[in-house]
Amino acid sequence: MAFLELNDVQKSYGEHAVLRGIDLHVEEHEVVCLIGASGCGKSTLLRTINGLEEIQGGDIVLDGECISGEGVDLDRLRTRIGIVFQSFNLFPHMTVLENVTLGPRRVLGVKPVEADEYARKLLDRVGLAHKADAYPDQLSGGQQQRVAIVRAVAMNTDVLLLDEITSALDPELVAEVLSIVKSLAADGLTILMATHEMNFAREVADSIAFLHEGRVLEQGPPEQIFGEPQEARTREFLGQIIAAGRL
Amino acid sequence: MTLSSATRPIRIRERITSDRDSSGTALLVGALCCLLATASAILSALTLPGAAEGIWRVTIGLALWGLVGLAVLAGLPVLRGLAHRRAASEAASAGRSTQARAFRFRATQSGWIAAGYALPLLVIVGFAQFLGANNHAVQTTFFDVPFMLQSIGDVTVGFWQNVQIAVLAEILVLIWAMVIALARIMPGRAGRPIRWLATAYIDAFRAVPSIIVIYLVGFGLPLAGIPFFSELGPLWSSVLALTLTYGAYVAEVYRSGIDGVHWSQVAAARSLGLSYGKTMRFVVVPQAVRRVMPPLLNDFIGLQKDTALVTIIGTVDAFTQAKILANNYFNLSSVTVVAILFIIITIPQTRFVDRLIERDNRAKTRG
Repeated sequence: MAFLELNDVQKSYGEHAVLRGIDLHVEEHEVVCLIGASGCGKSTLLRTINGLEEIQGGDIVLDGECISGEGVDLDRLRTRIGIVFQSFNLFPHMTVLENVTLGPRRVLGVKPVEADEYARKLLDRVGLAHKADAYPDQLSGGQQQRVAIVRAVAMNTDVLLLDEITSALDPELVAEVLSIVKSLAADGLTILMATHEMNFAREVADSIAFLHEGRVLEQGPPEQIFGEPQEARTREFLGQIIAAGRL
Repeated sequence: MTLSSATRPIRIRERITSDRDSSGTALLVGALCCLLATASAILSALTLPGAAEGIWRVTIGLALWGLVGLAVLAGLPVLRGLAHRRAASEAASAGRSTQARAFRFRATQSGWIAAGYALPLLVIVGFAQFLGANNHAVQTTFFDVPFMLQSIGDVTVGFWQNVQIAVLAEILVLIWAMVIALARIMPGRAGRPIRWLATAYIDAFRAVPSIIVIYLVGFGLPLAGIPFFSELGPLWSSVLALTLTYGAYVAEVYRSGIDGVHWSQVAAARSLGLSYGKTMRFVVVPQAVRRVMPPLLNDFIGLQKDTALVTIIGTVDAFTQAKILANNYFNLSSVTVVAILFIIITIPQTRFVDRLIERDNRAKTRG
């Protein structure tokens, strides 16, 4: 049994079905990239995994424990699965340090001094130690997203969900964010990442899942998905990416 | 079909520059306004001071002749405008049409500027005439300066009551309104009856005039003989009544602020494992309070003014004091003093709110 498993997960908004039976496996310490056209359900899928969206069918299993359905302790679930959003969503009324220590202090009950120390260490790792006392609106998009990653990482979750974390960034800022993801992957974090950065996915992912119309059409190692995709839809999608000069 | 042939725009090919000249009208209006202001100011300056005595005659005379001077000054742009007009026609005859246009524009502006400065002067002169009407009975009724100076002591002592009521009520409103606002947005099915209750409270107390609430609380609670509440006394009854009313207003202000915090902030907080309560406490409410500062302070200004209503339950506030004095001396100038005291404490606050709003707007356009 995989560390994180999605079995036949279904989700719809009223009549509109977004996820039509998702099957996905993520092993511990693995980086899995979700690729697919806009609107294929990548973001929704990630949001169902940490309970931001309810699912209507199927189940989600983390480390042998079912984490979907009625009555799950969502607050506790979220201490095991963290998420970083496309639009950063830092808290504008808090400094960088306060953003990072909020979860550890108020949820995990870490002492302020220890939380600060740990947060500063993490910020130092992403090159933002000098910005600890700055407010989010004083930072560039790339810096904000690095803080958002640190905020999620500071919770020491088992799984980190990354929801198109570079899509809102100017092109020259993408690299500084992706290099952090790479180092987190090297640390052995379990990462499930929706992305349009195909080159990055090919380089870093252990496994690629291609989503199309609410289903995982194909999952496999990058060499297979990018080299010899089995599905016509996958070939078509990758063809369009190549035509746009992005692969 | 190509893109350019698909849409054929309508084109306007009229010349942008015309020789139309409106400076004559503007200068004529400006000149007339100035003349009218000057004439009426002179008339007032000659007639009005005669009714006053001693130092007041001199003061009023000086003020009115000052108005005459200002009215004359307001005419200066007309002279400048006439010069521009001459320059415009010279430039036009020399064939420098762009320059002529610029001079015509400046002449027109000068005319309107003169009119713009003269009209307020006319209003001020009109007001002076109003005060002087009926052998300056209006002035002595509302602005009897010696009586105002005499009553200022008692009225200010009474005003201290208003200040106390306002500050105490404001502190309580800040807390009470947040309780109501949070009840108003209580989540889930279990919270629904609480939401209804809070909504009913807000609807009721926004509908009932504050003077009615003050009356009912101030007279009703002692009449009902409820322990504690019937022994509140006028000051605390007033505070309670105003807290009830303004709690409803400010609860709505808080709620709009909470609604204004983007849902993604809640998503981010919940994703860190923060409970609903902690999300509200650490993420939503702090941002909401910041953004509702201007409307909140506006409601507080309203509350401060409504402290004058407590006079109906016999609280000896500034208005009550002023009314006693007004009845004794058959003159309303003591009430004018109350009005002036309210103006003095309110204007700095409204300016402060304006600055807050301006700062918010700047922050928004920057963001």
